[in-house]
Amino acid sequence: MSLLAAGTAAPEFTLHATPDQSVALKEFRGRNVILAFYPADWSPVCSDQLALYNELLDEFARLNAQLLAISVDGVWSHAALARERKYHFPLLSDFEPKGRVARAYGVYDEQHGLAQRALFVIDGEGVIRWSYLSPMGVNPGAAGIVKALEALPSNNIQKTLPADGAQEAP
Amino acid sequence: MLHEDAILAVPVSAHDHVQGNAHAVVTLLEYGDFQCPACGSAYPLVKQIQHRYAGNLRFVFRHFPLAQAHPYAQLAAELAEAAAVEGRFWAMHDWLYENQAAWAPRGAAGLEAGVRALDLDEATIAATLRDPDIDARIRRDFMGGVHSGVNGTPSFYVNGYLYQGDFDSLVHAIGRVIARQQ
Repeated sequence: MSLLAAGTAAPEFTLHATPDQSVALKEFRGRNVILAFYPADWSPVCSDQLALYNELLDEFARLNAQLLAISVDGVWSHAALARERKYHFPLLSDFEPKGRVARAYGVYDEQHGLAQRALFVIDGEGVIRWSYLSPMGVNPGAAGIVKALEALPSNNIQKTLPADGAQEAP
Repeated sequence: MLHEDAILAVPVSAHDHVQGNAHAVVTLLEYGDFQCPACGSAYPLVKQIQHRYAGNLRFVFRHFPLAQAHPYAQLAAELAEAAAVEGRFWAMHDWLYENQAAWAPRGAAGLEAGVRALDLDEATIAATLRDPDIDARIRRDFMGGVHSGVNGTPSFYVNGYLYQGDFDSLVHAIGRVIARQQ
């Protein structure tokens, strides 16, 4: 199965963000969601990638978007990474059954048992509006995300939405 | 390696910090963070490139502070901009990189040493640091970098294209561009 394309309904999911808290995609209806699948906690490229997104949370909020990062790592690894790197967005754990959500989005690497490095912008109706698969070792930056968010009709009408999308992950 | 989002979105202008010949064949532009160790390692290599290609190269520096990863990167960028108001941007840029290992662990107190080292007036610098234009400029650099496909620091652009590779091949890429133009 390959990367889900723009126009596809985003598969629903509920994943753990911490040992005792879950995040469901449908909680974000009415707001845009950036899904950033990445291969592994602690690997240098994704850390740079997430460090960049961590600096852009205000910009994402201005574009009415919530960032959710997803890997197959467990919640305790995510918790340690978020604390060490001061990430202020949820790291979701696609851990059991392993990679189920990555598979649903067409970005699971069966050979290595990891999520591929893939980005999705999902609109407030739950429809994928942009998707991008980056080569494993290449940090895709944020230009594509920002461009896709700016192109959404809801962001195009020069209306500045309240920044209530800036709620931090628990 | 190039891709569609890896082209400089904001052209070099009079608002930029520029060193070297305005009519140089090659423009090397860095998005950098003063507290980033990789940028610190790149600093002497950029100096070597500037020396080697001299009049054929101009160098532009733009701010890309990863403030969550590097807690004093933003303040350091502001300090460089405050020095710029006194006409001392490059002196502060150089001091920040040459002394990164000394000031970075000491934060604001470490940065004060830079103000003294450049013999800048502390009260003037402190007043300039409160100017919201300083923050706005740094944010403008940062967002321009995001739109240009900056994915970490340092990111280098050669004549407007993001360069992804090691430093030796960057030197050779610059050499090739110059050779083609001569």
